[in-house]
Amino acid sequence: MICCQPDCENEATVHLTEIVEGQMKKIDLCEECAQEKGVTDPEGFALADLLLGLGTSSEFEQGGSELECPTCGFSHADFKKSGRLGCSECYATFAEPLEGVLKQMHKGTQHVGKAPKALRAQLDFSKQRDKLTEQLTKAIETEDYERAAQLRDRLKDLEGAKPKETKEA
Amino acid sequence: MGVMDFLTSAGELAAQEGPEDHVVLSSRVRLARNLSGVTFPGRAKKASRVEICELILPVVSAASAMRGGYSTAMSDLKALDKQLLVERHLISREHAAKSSGSALVLNKGETLSVMVNEEDHLRMQALLPGMQIKQVWQKIDRFDTSLEKKLEYAFDTNLGYLTACPTNLGTGIRVSAMLHLPGLVLTDQVNQIVQAVTKLGHAVRGLYGEGTEALGHIFQVSNQMTLGESEADIIERIHKVVLQVIEHEVNARQTLMQGRPSELYNHIGRAYAVLAHAHIVSSKESMNQLSLMRLGVKLGLFEKLDTAVLGELFLLSQPAHLQQFMGKKLTGEERDIHRSDLLRGHLSKVKGLKIPRS
Repeated sequence: MICCQPDCENEATVHLTEIVEGQMKKIDLCEECAQEKGVTDPEGFALADLLLGLGTSSEFEQGGSELECPTCGFSHADFKKSGRLGCSECYATFAEPLEGVLKQMHKGTQHVGKAPKALRAQLDFSKQRDKLTEQLTKAIETEDYERAAQLRDRLKDLEGAKPKETKEA
Repeated sequence: MGVMDFLTSAGELAAQEGPEDHVVLSSRVRLARNLSGVTFPGRAKKASRVEICELILPVVSAASAMRGGYSTAMSDLKALDKQLLVERHLISREHAAKSSGSALVLNKGETLSVMVNEEDHLRMQALLPGMQIKQVWQKIDRFDTSLEKKLEYAFDTNLGYLTACPTNLGTGIRVSAMLHLPGLVLTDQVNQIVQAVTKLGHAVRGLYGEGTEALGHIFQVSNQMTLGESEADIIERIHKVVLQVIEHEVNARQTLMQGRPSELYNHIGRAYAVLAHAHIVSSKESMNQLSLMRLGVKLGLFEKLDTAVLGELFLLSQPAHLQQFMGKKLTGEERDIHRSDLLRGHLSKVKGLKIPRS
Protein backbone atom coordinates (compact mmCIF):
# COMPACT_ATOMS: atom_id res chain seq x y z
CA MET A 1 0.00 0.00 0.00
CA ILE A 2 1.23 3.46 -0.90
CA CYS A 3 1.20 6.45 1.44
CA CYS A 4 -1.98 8.50 1.01
CA GLN A 5 -0.26 11.87 1.17
CA PRO A 6 -0.05 13.84 -2.07
CA ASP A 7 3.33 13.64 -3.82
CA CYS A 8 4.47 10.71 -1.70
CA GLU A 9 5.08 7.28 -3.14
CA ASN A 10 6.64 5.52 -0.19
CA GLU A 11 5.29 2.29 1.21
CA ALA A 12 2.66 3.00 3.88
CA THR A 13 3.57 1.42 7.19
CA VAL A 14 1.36 3.39 9.56
CA HIS A 15 -2.33 2.56 9.33
CA LEU A 16 -4.81 4.49 11.37
CA THR A 17 -8.49 4.36 12.05
CA GLU A 18 -10.34 6.98 13.96
CA ILE A 19 -13.99 7.58 14.56
CA VAL A 20 -14.98 11.19 14.08
CA GLU A 21 -18.60 12.24 14.32
CA GLY A 22 -19.62 8.60 14.15
CA GLN A 23 -17.79 8.00 10.89
CA MET A 24 -14.87 5.67 10.57
CA LYS A 25 -11.93 7.17 8.69
CA LYS A 26 -8.91 5.21 7.55
CA ILE A 27 -5.59 6.56 6.60
CA ASP A 28 -2.31 5.02 5.47
CA LEU A 29 0.96 6.83 5.83
CA CYS A 30 4.63 6.11 5.28
CA GLU A 31 7.04 6.45 8.19
CA GLU A 32 8.24 9.86 7.01
CA CYS A 33 4.84 11.46 6.51
CA ALA A 34 3.64 9.95 9.78
CA GLN A 35 6.55 11.60 11.57
CA GLU A 36 5.92 14.86 9.84
CA LYS A 37 2.28 14.83 10.80
CA GLY A 38 3.11 13.77 14.33
CA VAL A 39 0.87 10.76 13.81
CA THR A 40 2.75 8.48 16.16
CA ASP A 41 2.09 10.91 18.96
CA PRO A 42 -1.18 10.10 20.69
CA GLU A 43 -1.47 13.53 22.21
CA GLY A 44 -0.31 15.90 19.52
CA PHE A 45 -2.23 14.36 16.71
CA ALA A 46 -5.86 13.90 15.93
CA LEU A 47 -6.64 12.16 12.72
CA ALA A 48 -9.47 14.63 12.49
CA ASP A 49 -6.90 17.40 12.22
CA LEU A 50 -5.38 15.65 9.27
CA LEU A 51 -8.67 14.77 7.66
CA LEU A 52 -10.12 18.19 8.31
CA GLY A 53 -6.84 19.55 7.07
CA LEU A 54 -7.31 17.68 3.81
CA GLY A 55 -10.97 18.66 3.67
CA THR A 56 -9.87 22.16 4.38
CA SER A 57 -7.71 22.28 1.30
CA SER A 58 -10.56 21.56 -1.07
CA GLU A 59 -12.74 24.10 0.67
CA PHE A 60 -9.88 26.53 0.66
CA GLU A 61 -9.36 25.96 -3.04
CA GLN A 62 -12.55 27.81 -3.91
CA GLY A 63 -11.18 31.23 -3.17
CA GLY A 64 -8.15 33.26 -2.43
CA SER A 65 -5.55 31.34 -4.39
CA GLU A 66 -3.76 34.63 -5.12
CA LEU A 67 -3.67 35.71 -1.50
CA GLU A 68 -0.42 36.16 0.33
CA CYS A 69 0.02 37.39 3.90
CA PRO A 70 1.71 40.81 3.89
CA THR A 71 3.21 40.14 7.33
CA CYS A 72 4.80 36.73 6.95
CA GLY A 73 4.55 36.03 3.22
CA PHE A 74 2.48 32.89 3.81
CA SER A 75 0.63 31.89 0.67
CA HIS A 76 -2.51 29.98 -0.15
CA ALA A 77 -0.33 27.10 -1.34
CA ASP A 78 1.54 27.03 1.97
CA PHE A 79 -1.71 26.60 3.86
CA LYS A 80 -2.85 23.87 1.52
CA LYS A 81 0.38 22.02 2.09
CA SER A 82 0.61 22.32 5.85
CA GLY A 83 -2.95 22.91 7.06
CA ARG A 84 -1.42 25.55 9.32
CA LEU A 85 -1.20 29.33 9.11
CA GLY A 86 1.98 31.39 9.21
CA CYS A 87 1.18 34.15 11.70
CA SER A 88 -1.75 35.75 13.49
CA GLU A 89 -2.19 38.24 10.64
CA CYS A 90 -2.91 35.34 8.28
CA TYR A 91 -6.36 35.09 9.85
CA ALA A 92 -7.14 38.56 8.50
CA THR A 93 -5.49 37.89 5.14
CA PHE A 94 -7.31 34.61 4.58
CA ALA A 95 -10.51 35.60 6.41
CA GLU A 96 -12.77 34.98 3.44
CA PRO A 97 -11.62 31.53 2.35
CA LEU A 98 -11.27 30.49 6.00
CA GLU A 99 -14.84 31.27 6.91
CA GLY A 100 -16.32 28.16 5.34
CA VAL A 101 -13.56 26.02 6.77
CA LEU A 102 -14.20 27.27 10.30
CA LYS A 103 -17.94 26.78 9.98
CA GLN A 104 -17.39 23.18 9.03
CA MET A 105 -14.80 22.61 11.71
CA HIS A 106 -16.31 24.30 14.75
CA LYS A 107 -19.54 24.87 16.60
CA GLY A 108 -19.60 28.54 15.62
CA THR A 109 -17.44 31.24 14.13
CA GLN A 110 -17.70 33.73 17.00
CA HIS A 111 -15.40 33.15 19.96
CA VAL A 112 -17.10 32.73 23.32
CA GLY A 113 -15.16 32.18 26.49
CA LYS A 114 -11.95 33.41 27.98
CA ALA A 115 -10.25 36.58 26.73
CA PRO A 116 -7.16 38.40 27.92
CA LYS A 117 -8.20 40.89 30.59
CA ALA A 118 -7.02 43.84 28.53
CA LEU A 119 -9.41 42.93 25.72
CA ARG A 120 -12.34 41.77 27.81
CA ALA A 121 -13.93 45.24 27.95
CA GLN A 122 -13.93 45.39 24.17
CA LEU A 123 -15.42 41.92 23.88
CA ASP A 124 -18.14 42.76 26.39
CA PHE A 125 -18.87 45.87 24.39
CA SER A 126 -19.41 44.03 21.12
CA LYS A 127 -21.49 41.38 22.85
CA GLN A 128 -23.73 44.01 24.41
CA ARG A 129 -24.02 45.87 21.11
CA ASP A 130 -25.03 42.68 19.27
CA LYS A 131 -27.65 41.96 21.91
CA LEU A 132 -29.15 45.45 21.73
CA THR A 133 -29.12 45.44 17.93
CA GLU A 134 -30.97 42.14 17.92
CA GLN A 135 -33.58 43.44 20.37
CA LEU A 136 -33.96 46.59 18.30
CA THR A 137 -34.61 44.63 15.13
CA LYS A 138 -37.22 42.57 16.96
CA ALA A 139 -38.89 45.69 18.37
CA ILE A 140 -39.15 47.22 14.91
CA GLU A 141 -40.53 43.98 13.48
CA THR A 142 -43.24 43.88 16.11
CA GLU A 143 -43.87 47.59 15.58
CA ASP A 144 -43.09 48.36 19.21
CA TYR A 145 -41.70 51.78 18.37
CA GLU A 146 -41.56 53.04 21.94
CA ARG A 147 -39.22 50.23 22.90
CA ALA A 148 -37.28 50.65 19.66
CA ALA A 149 -36.61 54.29 20.51
CA GLN A 150 -35.41 53.30 23.97
CA LEU A 151 -33.12 50.67 22.53
CA ARG A 152 -31.74 53.07 19.94
CA ASP A 153 -30.86 55.54 22.70
CA ARG A 154 -29.14 52.82 24.70
CA LEU A 155 -27.16 51.79 21.62
CA LYS A 156 -26.13 55.41 21.12
CA ASP A 157 -24.99 55.66 24.73
CA LEU A 158 -23.08 52.42 24.38
CA GLU A 159 -21.29 53.60 21.21
CA GLY A 160 -20.33 56.76 23.07
CA ALA A 161 -18.79 54.76 25.89
CA LYS A 162 -16.95 52.41 23.52
CA PRO A 163 -13.62 51.33 24.98
CA LYS A 164 -10.53 52.49 23.15
CA GLU A 165 -9.30 50.05 20.53
CA THR A 166 -6.19 48.47 21.96
CA LYS A 167 -3.66 46.95 19.68
CA GLU A 168 -4.87 43.51 18.86
CA ALA A 169 -3.70 40.71 16.71
CA MET B 1 20.54 18.50 37.22
CA GLY B 2 19.31 16.35 34.36
CA VAL B 3 15.60 16.07 33.61
CA MET B 4 15.67 12.44 34.81
CA ASP B 5 16.80 13.54 38.26
CA PHE B 6 13.99 16.05 38.37
CA LEU B 7 11.12 13.80 37.30
CA THR B 8 8.95 11.95 39.79
CA SER B 9 9.93 8.27 39.82
CA ALA B 10 7.68 5.79 37.99
CA GLY B 11 6.82 4.18 41.32
CA GLU B 12 5.80 7.42 42.98
CA LEU B 13 3.84 8.49 39.94
CA ALA B 14 1.94 5.20 39.78
CA ALA B 15 1.12 5.39 43.50
CA GLN B 16 -0.80 8.66 43.07
CA GLU B 17 -4.54 8.24 43.50
CA GLY B 18 -7.44 10.22 42.12
CA PRO B 19 -11.24 10.21 42.15
CA GLU B 20 -12.88 7.48 40.05
CA ASP B 21 -9.50 6.00 39.25
CA HIS B 22 -11.01 2.55 38.85
CA VAL B 23 -11.86 3.86 35.36
CA VAL B 24 -10.33 7.32 34.86
CA LEU B 25 -6.53 7.13 34.81
CA SER B 26 -5.88 10.83 34.31
CA SER B 27 -7.43 14.16 33.32
CA ARG B 28 -5.71 16.76 31.23
CA VAL B 29 -6.31 20.19 29.74
CA ARG B 30 -4.01 21.93 27.34
CA LEU B 31 -4.17 25.47 26.02
CA ALA B 32 -2.57 26.83 22.84
CA ARG B 33 -1.39 30.44 22.94
CA ASN B 34 0.67 32.66 20.65
CA LEU B 35 2.31 36.02 20.99
CA SER B 36 0.81 38.95 19.17
CA GLY B 37 2.57 40.20 16.06
CA VAL B 38 5.09 37.37 15.87
CA THR B 39 5.22 34.68 13.20
CA PHE B 40 4.12 31.21 14.40
CA PRO B 41 7.00 28.79 15.17
CA GLY B 42 6.41 26.65 12.09
CA ARG B 43 6.92 29.63 9.81
CA ALA B 44 9.53 31.52 11.87
CA LYS B 45 13.25 31.49 11.08
CA LYS B 46 15.55 29.92 13.63
CA ALA B 47 16.85 33.30 14.88
CA SER B 48 13.30 34.47 15.51
CA ARG B 49 12.39 31.23 17.32
CA VAL B 50 15.43 31.59 19.57
CA GLU B 51 14.48 35.19 20.30
CA ILE B 52 10.87 34.26 21.17
CA CYS B 53 12.09 31.42 23.33
CA GLU B 54 14.34 33.81 25.24
CA LEU B 55 11.41 36.15 25.71
CA ILE B 56 8.94 33.50 26.89
CA LEU B 57 11.15 31.27 29.05
CA PRO B 58 11.93 33.75 31.85
CA VAL B 59 8.24 34.70 32.12
CA VAL B 60 7.06 31.09 32.33
CA SER B 61 9.83 30.06 34.73
CA ALA B 62 9.13 33.03 37.00
CA ALA B 63 5.43 32.19 37.37
CA SER B 64 4.63 31.28 40.97
CA ALA B 65 3.14 27.94 39.88
CA MET B 66 6.56 27.03 38.45
CA ARG B 67 8.49 27.63 41.68
CA GLY B 68 11.00 24.82 42.17
CA GLY B 69 10.35 23.72 38.61
CA TYR B 70 12.61 22.68 35.78
CA SER B 71 13.37 24.42 32.55
CA THR B 72 15.43 23.14 29.64
CA ALA B 73 16.19 23.89 26.03
CA MET B 74 15.13 20.99 23.80
CA SER B 75 18.63 20.98 22.33
CA ASP B 76 20.02 20.06 25.77
CA LEU B 77 17.98 16.86 26.04
CA LYS B 78 19.23 13.45 24.93
CA ALA B 79 17.10 11.38 22.56
CA LEU B 80 16.24 8.92 25.34
CA ASP B 81 15.20 11.75 27.69
CA LYS B 82 12.87 13.11 25.05
CA GLN B 83 11.33 9.71 24.40
CA LEU B 84 10.73 9.22 28.10
CA LEU B 85 9.02 12.61 28.32
CA VAL B 86 6.76 11.52 25.45
CA GLU B 87 5.92 8.30 27.29
CA ARG B 88 4.99 10.43 30.32
CA HIS B 89 2.74 12.61 28.09
CA LEU B 90 4.73 15.67 29.10
CA ILE B 91 5.75 16.58 25.56
CA SER B 92 4.39 15.70 22.15
CA ARG B 93 6.33 13.63 19.68
CA GLU B 94 6.46 16.66 17.47
CA HIS B 95 8.13 18.63 20.26
CA ALA B 96 10.59 15.80 20.90
CA ALA B 97 11.87 16.33 17.35
CA LYS B 98 12.66 20.00 18.09
CA SER B 99 16.08 21.26 19.10
CA SER B 100 17.34 24.85 19.23
CA GLY B 101 14.70 27.53 19.61
CA SER B 102 12.33 25.27 21.55
CA ALA B 103 12.09 24.60 25.26
CA LEU B 104 10.23 22.80 28.02
CA VAL B 105 9.25 23.98 31.49
CA LEU B 106 7.87 21.63 34.17
CA ASN B 107 6.60 22.37 37.65
CA LYS B 108 7.53 20.23 40.64
CA GLY B 109 5.51 17.03 40.33
CA GLU B 110 4.96 17.62 36.59
CA THR B 111 1.30 18.51 36.97
CA LEU B 112 2.02 21.57 34.83
CA SER B 113 4.12 21.58 31.70
CA VAL B 114 4.77 24.16 29.04
CA MET B 115 6.17 23.49 25.59
CA VAL B 116 7.68 26.64 24.10
CA ASN B 117 7.70 26.84 20.31
CA GLU B 118 5.99 23.60 19.52
CA GLU B 119 3.35 24.26 16.85
CA ASP B 120 2.29 27.37 18.78
CA HIS B 121 4.49 29.69 20.83
CA LEU B 122 3.01 28.22 24.01
CA ARG B 123 1.38 24.89 24.64
CA MET B 124 0.61 24.53 28.33
CA GLN B 125 -1.00 21.56 30.01
CA ALA B 126 -2.22 20.56 33.43
CA LEU B 127 -2.37 16.85 34.22
CA LEU B 128 -3.83 15.20 37.33
CA PRO B 129 -4.60 11.58 38.23
CA GLY B 130 -8.21 10.33 38.13
CA MET B 131 -11.34 12.25 37.25
CA GLN B 132 -10.28 15.86 37.85
CA ILE B 133 -11.31 17.57 34.63
CA LYS B 134 -12.63 20.66 36.40
CA GLN B 135 -9.58 20.87 38.64
CA VAL B 136 -7.11 20.70 35.73
CA TRP B 137 -9.04 23.45 33.98
CA GLN B 138 -8.89 25.69 37.05
CA LYS B 139 -5.21 24.99 37.39
CA ILE B 140 -4.33 25.84 33.79
CA ASP B 141 -6.75 28.79 33.70
CA ARG B 142 -5.02 30.40 36.68
CA PHE B 143 -1.61 29.74 35.19
CA ASP B 144 -2.62 31.17 31.81
CA THR B 145 -4.04 34.27 33.48
CA SER B 146 -0.78 34.81 35.35
CA LEU B 147 1.17 34.70 32.06
CA GLU B 148 -1.23 37.01 30.25
CA LYS B 149 -0.07 39.90 32.44
CA LYS B 150 3.46 39.57 31.09
CA LEU B 151 2.92 38.32 27.55
CA GLU B 152 0.75 39.92 24.90
CA TYR B 153 -1.28 37.12 23.38
CA ALA B 154 -2.49 37.03 19.79
CA PHE B 155 -6.23 37.43 20.29
CA ASP B 156 -9.07 38.55 18.08
CA THR B 157 -12.45 39.58 19.47
CA ASN B 158 -14.25 37.43 16.89
CA LEU B 159 -11.90 34.48 16.53
CA GLY B 160 -10.51 34.31 20.06
CA TYR B 161 -6.98 33.04 20.66
CA LEU B 162 -5.22 32.74 17.32
CA THR B 163 -3.45 29.43 16.74
CA ALA B 164 -1.23 28.02 14.01
CA CYS B 165 -3.82 25.36 13.19
CA PRO B 166 -7.42 26.48 12.66
CA THR B 167 -8.61 23.36 14.52
CA ASN B 168 -7.42 24.94 17.79
CA LEU B 169 -8.76 28.42 17.14
CA GLY B 170 -10.93 30.26 19.69
CA THR B 171 -10.42 28.81 23.13
CA GLY B 172 -7.29 26.87 22.12
CA ILE B 173 -8.45 24.23 24.56
CA ARG B 174 -8.13 20.48 24.40
CA VAL B 175 -9.69 18.67 27.35
CA SER B 176 -9.08 14.97 27.65
CA ALA B 177 -9.59 12.05 29.99
CA MET B 178 -7.69 8.80 29.79
CA LEU B 179 -10.06 5.92 30.45
CA HIS B 180 -9.41 2.28 31.31
CA LEU B 181 -12.24 0.30 29.72
CA PRO B 182 -11.48 -3.44 29.87
CA GLY B 183 -15.07 -4.28 30.86
CA LEU B 184 -16.52 -2.62 27.79
CA VAL B 185 -13.91 -4.26 25.56
CA LEU B 186 -14.49 -7.76 26.97
CA THR B 187 -18.27 -7.41 26.65
CA ASP B 188 -17.91 -6.12 23.07
CA GLN B 189 -19.68 -2.89 23.94
CA VAL B 190 -16.83 -0.52 23.42
CA ASN B 191 -17.61 0.31 19.79
CA GLN B 192 -21.16 1.31 20.68
CA ILE B 193 -19.90 3.55 23.42
CA VAL B 194 -17.25 5.08 21.19
CA GLN B 195 -19.84 5.83 18.54
CA ALA B 196 -22.22 7.41 21.02
CA VAL B 197 -19.46 9.60 22.41
CA THR B 198 -18.25 10.70 18.97
CA LYS B 199 -21.80 11.59 17.96
CA LEU B 200 -21.69 14.17 20.73
CA GLY B 201 -18.80 15.84 18.96
CA HIS B 202 -15.96 14.30 20.91
CA ALA B 203 -13.00 12.37 19.62
CA VAL B 204 -12.16 8.95 21.03
CA ARG B 205 -8.99 7.12 20.28
CA GLY B 206 -6.81 4.38 21.63
CA LEU B 207 -4.06 6.03 23.55
CA TYR B 208 -1.45 3.53 22.50
CA GLY B 209 -1.23 1.42 19.40
CA GLU B 210 -2.61 1.94 15.97
CA GLY B 211 -6.05 1.82 14.46
CA THR B 212 -9.01 0.58 16.40
CA GLU B 213 -6.85 -1.66 18.53
CA ALA B 214 -6.43 0.13 21.84
CA LEU B 215 -3.46 -1.21 23.74
CA GLY B 216 -4.02 -1.74 27.42
CA HIS B 217 -7.78 -1.09 26.89
CA ILE B 218 -6.98 2.59 27.31
CA PHE B 219 -9.04 5.17 25.46
CA GLN B 220 -8.80 8.91 25.37
CA VAL B 221 -11.88 11.10 25.12
CA SER B 222 -11.31 14.70 24.07
CA ASN B 223 -13.19 17.68 22.69
CA GLN B 224 -13.03 18.26 18.95
CA MET B 225 -14.28 21.81 18.57
CA THR B 226 -12.65 24.87 20.10
CA LEU B 227 -14.51 27.82 18.59
CA GLY B 228 -18.05 28.96 19.31
CA GLU B 229 -18.35 27.35 22.73
CA SER B 230 -16.94 28.55 26.05
CA GLU B 231 -14.34 26.62 28.03
CA ALA B 232 -16.87 26.07 30.81
CA ASP B 233 -19.38 24.50 28.40
CA ILE B 234 -16.75 22.32 26.73
CA ILE B 235 -15.59 21.07 30.13
CA GLU B 236 -19.11 20.47 31.38
CA ARG B 237 -19.95 18.37 28.32
CA ILE B 238 -16.84 16.21 28.56
CA HIS B 239 -17.40 15.84 32.30
CA LYS B 240 -20.93 14.53 31.75
CA VAL B 241 -19.85 12.20 28.97
CA VAL B 242 -17.03 10.72 31.04
CA LEU B 243 -19.37 10.12 34.01
CA GLN B 244 -21.65 8.19 31.69
CA VAL B 245 -18.82 6.11 30.31
CA ILE B 246 -17.71 5.31 33.87
CA GLU B 247 -21.21 4.05 34.63
CA HIS B 248 -21.24 1.82 31.55
CA GLU B 249 -17.80 0.43 32.35
CA VAL B 250 -18.80 -0.36 35.94
CA ASN B 251 -21.95 -2.08 34.70
CA ALA B 252 -19.96 -4.10 32.17
CA ARG B 253 -17.59 -5.29 34.92
CA GLN B 254 -20.61 -6.33 37.03
CA THR B 255 -22.11 -8.19 34.08
CA LEU B 256 -18.88 -10.10 33.60
CA MET B 257 -18.55 -10.98 37.28
CA GLN B 258 -22.12 -12.17 37.57
CA GLY B 259 -22.92 -13.52 34.11
CA ARG B 260 -19.63 -14.80 32.67
CA PRO B 261 -17.28 -15.31 35.63
CA SER B 262 -15.28 -18.20 34.09
CA GLU B 263 -14.52 -16.18 31.00
CA LEU B 264 -13.45 -13.22 33.12
CA TYR B 265 -11.26 -15.31 35.48
CA ASN B 266 -9.75 -17.02 32.44
CA HIS B 267 -8.66 -13.72 30.89
CA ILE B 268 -7.22 -12.40 34.12
CA GLY B 269 -5.65 -15.69 35.18
CA ARG B 270 -3.91 -16.05 31.81
CA ALA B 271 -2.64 -12.49 32.00
CA TYR B 272 -1.17 -13.23 35.41
CA ALA B 273 0.35 -16.52 34.22
CA VAL B 274 2.08 -14.87 31.25
CA LEU B 275 3.50 -11.93 33.17
CA ALA B 276 4.65 -14.02 36.14
CA HIS B 277 6.32 -16.71 34.04
CA ALA B 278 7.17 -15.65 30.49
CA HIS B 279 10.77 -14.88 29.49
CA ILE B 280 10.16 -12.75 26.40
CA VAL B 281 7.46 -10.08 26.64
CA SER B 282 6.83 -7.29 24.14
CA SER B 283 5.61 -3.89 25.33
CA LYS B 284 2.29 -4.53 23.63
CA GLU B 285 1.74 -7.84 25.44
CA SER B 286 2.88 -6.31 28.70
CA MET B 287 0.42 -3.42 28.42
CA ASN B 288 -2.51 -5.66 27.51
CA GLN B 289 -1.87 -8.20 30.25
CA LEU B 290 -1.14 -5.59 32.93
CA SER B 291 -4.43 -3.98 31.97
CA LEU B 292 -6.29 -7.24 32.64
CA MET B 293 -4.49 -7.68 35.95
CA ARG B 294 -5.48 -4.14 36.89
CA LEU B 295 -9.08 -5.12 36.25
CA GLY B 296 -8.51 -8.14 38.49
CA VAL B 297 -7.20 -5.97 41.33
CA LYS B 298 -10.13 -3.58 41.02
CA LEU B 299 -12.52 -6.55 41.21
CA GLY B 300 -10.77 -7.85 44.33
CA LEU B 301 -9.38 -10.97 42.65
CA PHE B 302 -5.77 -10.54 43.82
CA GLU B 303 -4.80 -10.50 47.47
CA LYS B 304 -2.09 -8.07 48.54
CA LEU B 305 -1.54 -6.65 45.08
CA ASP B 306 -1.77 -2.92 44.54
CA THR B 307 -2.61 -1.21 41.26
CA ALA B 308 0.39 1.05 41.99
CA VAL B 309 2.74 -1.87 41.26
CA LEU B 310 0.93 -2.55 37.99
CA GLY B 311 0.98 1.12 37.07
CA GLU B 312 4.71 1.27 37.68
CA LEU B 313 5.28 -1.83 35.57
CA PHE B 314 3.06 -0.35 32.84
CA LEU B 315 5.28 2.72 32.72
CA LEU B 316 8.53 0.79 32.96
CA SER B 317 7.38 -1.55 30.17
CA GLN B 318 7.68 1.24 27.66
CA PRO B 319 10.91 1.43 25.66
CA ALA B 320 12.51 4.63 26.99
CA HIS B 321 11.48 3.95 30.59
CA LEU B 322 12.88 0.45 30.41
CA GLN B 323 16.21 1.64 29.01
CA GLN B 324 16.40 4.41 31.57
CA PHE B 325 15.64 1.86 34.32
CA MET B 326 18.35 -0.51 33.05
CA GLY B 327 20.72 2.40 32.62
CA LYS B 328 21.72 1.49 29.07
CA LYS B 329 20.59 1.40 25.47
CA LEU B 330 18.87 -1.84 24.51
CA THR B 331 17.76 -3.36 21.21
CA GLY B 332 14.14 -4.43 20.81
CA GLU B 333 15.00 -8.06 21.48
CA GLU B 334 17.01 -7.22 24.57
CA ARG B 335 14.16 -5.06 25.83
CA ASP B 336 11.66 -7.93 25.58
CA ILE B 337 13.94 -10.08 27.76
CA HIS B 338 14.69 -7.38 30.33
CA ARG B 339 11.02 -6.46 30.45
CA SER B 340 10.06 -10.03 31.26
CA ASP B 341 12.72 -10.16 34.01
CA LEU B 342 11.28 -7.01 35.53
CA LEU B 343 7.72 -8.34 35.36
CA ARG B 344 8.59 -11.74 36.82
CA GLY B 345 10.62 -10.08 39.56
CA HIS B 346 7.57 -8.15 40.70
CA LEU B 347 4.80 -10.64 39.98
CA SER B 348 6.09 -14.17 40.50
CA LYS B 349 5.52 -13.94 44.26
CA VAL B 350 1.96 -12.69 43.84
CA LYS B 351 -0.59 -15.33 44.79
CA GLY B 352 -2.97 -16.47 42.07
CA LEU B 353 -6.58 -15.48 41.71
CA LYS B 354 -8.78 -15.51 44.76
CA ILE B 355 -12.16 -16.50 43.38
CA PRO B 356 -15.08 -15.18 45.41
CA ARG B 357 -17.47 -17.85 46.63
CA SER B 358 -20.87 -17.58 45.11
